[in-house]
Amino acid sequence: MANVSLESIPIRDPFGPTLAYTRGVQLDTGAEPDKLVRTHCCFCGQQCSMFLKVKDNEVIGLEPDYDFPFNQGKLCPKGVKRYLQNGHPDRLLHAYERDASAPGGFRAMDYAQAIRRVADEIERIQTAYGRDAFGILSGASLTTEKTYLVGKFAHMTLRTTHIDYNGRLCMVSAAAANKKAFGVDRSANPWSDIIGAQVIWISGSNTAECSPITTDYVWQAREHGARVIVVDPRITPIARTCDLFLPIKPGRDAALFNGVLHLMIKNDWLDHDFINHHTVGFEAVAEHAQPWTPQRTAEVTGIAEKAIRQAAEWWGTASTSFLLHARGIEHHSNGVQNVLGAINIVLASGRIGRANCGYGTITGQGNGQGGREHGQKADQLPGARDLGNPEHRAYVASVWGMNPDELPQPGVDAYEIFRKIDQGEIKGLLSICFNPLVSLPDNNFVRAQLEKLEFYVAIDFFLNETARYADIVLPGSLHEEDEGTVTSVEGRVIKINKAVDCPGEARQDWRIIQDIARALGREQGMTFSSPAAIFNELRQASKGGIADYAGITYEKIEQQQGVFWPCPTEEHAGTPRLFEAGSWNPVAQGSGPFYFADGKARFNLCTYLPPAEDVDETYPLILTTGRVISQFLSGTQTRRIGPLVDQYPEPRVEMHPALAQKLGITDEAWVTVESRRGAMTVRALVVNTIRPDTVFIPYHWADRQAVNQLTIAAQDPISKIPAYKVCAVRVRKVDNIEQ
Amino acid sequence: MPKPAELEFFIDPSRCIGCQACVQACTECDTHKGQSMIQLDYIDRNASPQTVPVICMHCDSPTCAEVCPADAIKRTGDGVVQTARKPRCIACNNCVLACPFGVPKMNNGMNLMMKCDMCYDRTSVGLKPMCASVCPSQALFYGTREEIRQLRPRSRPINSFQFGNQTVTTKVNMMVPREVPVNLVDVAASLHQAPVPQTMAHAADILLANMFVDA
Repeated sequence: MANVSLESIPIRDPFGPTLAYTRGVQLDTGAEPDKLVRTHCCFCGQQCSMFLKVKDNEVIGLEPDYDFPFNQGKLCPKGVKRYLQNGHPDRLLHAYERDASAPGGFRAMDYAQAIRRVADEIERIQTAYGRDAFGILSGASLTTEKTYLVGKFAHMTLRTTHIDYNGRLCMVSAAAANKKAFGVDRSANPWSDIIGAQVIWISGSNTAECSPITTDYVWQAREHGARVIVVDPRITPIARTCDLFLPIKPGRDAALFNGVLHLMIKNDWLDHDFINHHTVGFEAVAEHAQPWTPQRTAEVTGIAEKAIRQAAEWWGTASTSFLLHARGIEHHSNGVQNVLGAINIVLASGRIGRANCGYGTITGQGNGQGGREHGQKADQLPGARDLGNPEHRAYVASVWGMNPDELPQPGVDAYEIFRKIDQGEIKGLLSICFNPLVSLPDNNFVRAQLEKLEFYVAIDFFLNETARYADIVLPGSLHEEDEGTVTSVEGRVIKINKAVDCPGEARQDWRIIQDIARALGREQGMTFSSPAAIFNELRQASKGGIADYAGITYEKIEQQQGVFWPCPTEEHAGTPRLFEAGSWNPVAQGSGPFYFADGKARFNLCTYLPPAEDVDETYPLILTTGRVISQFLSGTQTRRIGPLVDQYPEPRVEMHPALAQKLGITDEAWVTVESRRGAMTVRALVVNTIRPDTVFIPYHWADRQAVNQLTIAAQDPISKIPAYKVCAVRVRKVDNIEQ
Repeated sequence: MPKPAELEFFIDPSRCIGCQACVQACTECDTHKGQSMIQLDYIDRNASPQTVPVICMHCDSPTCAEVCPADAIKRTGDGVVQTARKPRCIACNNCVLACPFGVPKMNNGMNLMMKCDMCYDRTSVGLKPMCASVCPSQALFYGTREEIRQLRPRSRPINSFQFGNQTVTTKVNMMVPREVPVNLVDVAASLHQAPVPQTMAHAADILLANMFVDA
């Protein structure tokens, strides 16, 4: 045997991130797949359909699916390369326990022993400190079946009040505002309604990069003469060819919507018939909009008055329209108000609930819609029911076979869970599908709390940055290793199909959750044998609720290419378009199309407040954050896929040349961006496509490359969404950088 | 399945969002797995996010083939210009230098010129090429003339390009605004032209022009 010196062996962290490229049989042009598995993308809320090519239990490539109506073969680069996460060298193949002496800080352990240890720690913590001392953080990239099971595990098995999910960082402002205005939280229309709209209003959505397939819908509308209005502090690729660009100062959306409503009222661009018959609350909102003159709106929003007037006129006088928004208006300490403002101009126009007249928030995560409906959210029970509502508690408890009084009360949001760790109220944590160390704001605080936990167990397929603080890591399943449903941006329930088996000792996540319940000796209601069995109970638990899945079956999803909820009976075809005249819903019971007892939509006062942290002399610039097309969320998957990393390898700070010149910064120069909470050093990208008072950094990276070292943990008072889109920073050139 | 000859390739750079789905999907083509034959570049990132995908235009009289001393570049009966034939290619780079569109690339590891063959394994049996299949904005479109006429009422396809004294006609079409009286793109002449904003008339910078300026 050769004598190899230890120093000559390259030291590699066994958990990565390693960049995977097309390799082995994936490169073999002659390799015939054993089968093509029809499924959907594992990334964003568009949920593009595709076929995975499978050979010998390995995904070797993909084939476009031309027949699925939403994307008709189209995919973004993430969808094209997602298969490279399969067979990845960083994949967790065992359970692990923390061991500082082991490579990467973790030592493989027997799965059963790991489960035993997790159950013992949960038992210990709940006995010593009370049931609520153990918290759960879950995610909206899981199938709906898993989100349902995790919610049930928290509420029934652990009976802890502390469960929340990463949709808290994503959908909650839109959800809260939609519930206030419409009584239901779902995009109001199928995306096909975009194509026939005369005016498309896009606020705070980098559509082309974050929901790429929607681009073609918008541009099909343009081909037929639609005018596209884009509101954004940056000229993103969708803004480049829009008809009217409103370069808004981050965090001022409520002011803009009030200003537009002001002009609609002044010029009588209103649908009085719709307002009178189908809404309540217009008078108060009209009065509230009175002071929002174009001049004041311009001063607050940073948009030229003529552009505001033009936008209001196009919107006001359109006969059909579609308003879309995303995190750009939602990620604010005033996020719910911003969304209410958007809904107000839709309701005032009366253009909702019919063909080519629509409204929707663009869901971010793969199951951003389904993941926020069935009980993993702090205040929620399945079917979009409320944990605080006695009738809802009684119904779900009856399905679960438990006493409603044993259900915990509504809990707190994901960030507050970390504050409760800080306060000593929460001692133990289970996380699945959530990487808060990268994704939560002011993440140095999050890191400190992870270190305080008495016990932390993470379920994941790769060792994400947060899981590095875990005591036990359990090897979960990749998207292609399990089946189940998700609900897409349109509200369409679709089917994820299993392509390959879990490798090594990795297991499907729902089995892991049930294994823990069994080890706890609390297996009641946790003995499902398949995702289909979970789905069947979910149908029952959601029955009669707002998000009613009772009539949806796996077979029906396949036959109809997805089923739009609500779908109350098996005979019901589903509901692609909400709020149609004469439509029935379980709340209005036929009295009107909206989900309130009187069937009418609500105008809500849209109160403008400046951002929680505005600029000042010390921190004179606005920092806003967002995504790039080749990375996804906290990057647990996409930072391990070589071709996607190569496309945009590291975060850069975008700034306008006027600002760069003032600071003596040239393109590609290293600069330090600093807030009251942290600092990071990145290269500059000097571009004319961003407001000179604003800088932008994408958030997909970890550790010293994490922009969430800088962001502020201010939250919207209603939705508790963090204000990722505005905080105050200063920027300076770095002369000598230690690489 | 429609006959392949009825399906054509159409490029509309004004729709391109720079996402590189085409570049990534090109590497999934079964004739050159792992290698992309598409380049996608910013025109001037400092000024605009405008990007342009460059795929082979599949010329009627391919310059690359005309300058090839080894006669290694073949054009199929249905007009698809192929990657150089491995036994013949001498890796001289003539084609790389001569192509007016800058398409062929020399694979130094293989000593072989490689280029887009319009996913011949797919298009020859009536399937769409990978890039046009996945393109989220449909800047790359593959279909019939009738489809493009219906889907794109604001534009129309042309396939003639002028490079100095050389006129090139191509199998692949470029979309131009329907009302513009242009049947030929003079590439050399437009090289130094500043981009014209599509709408937002008269505003060279749609960001600064629409910002509120404190009086």
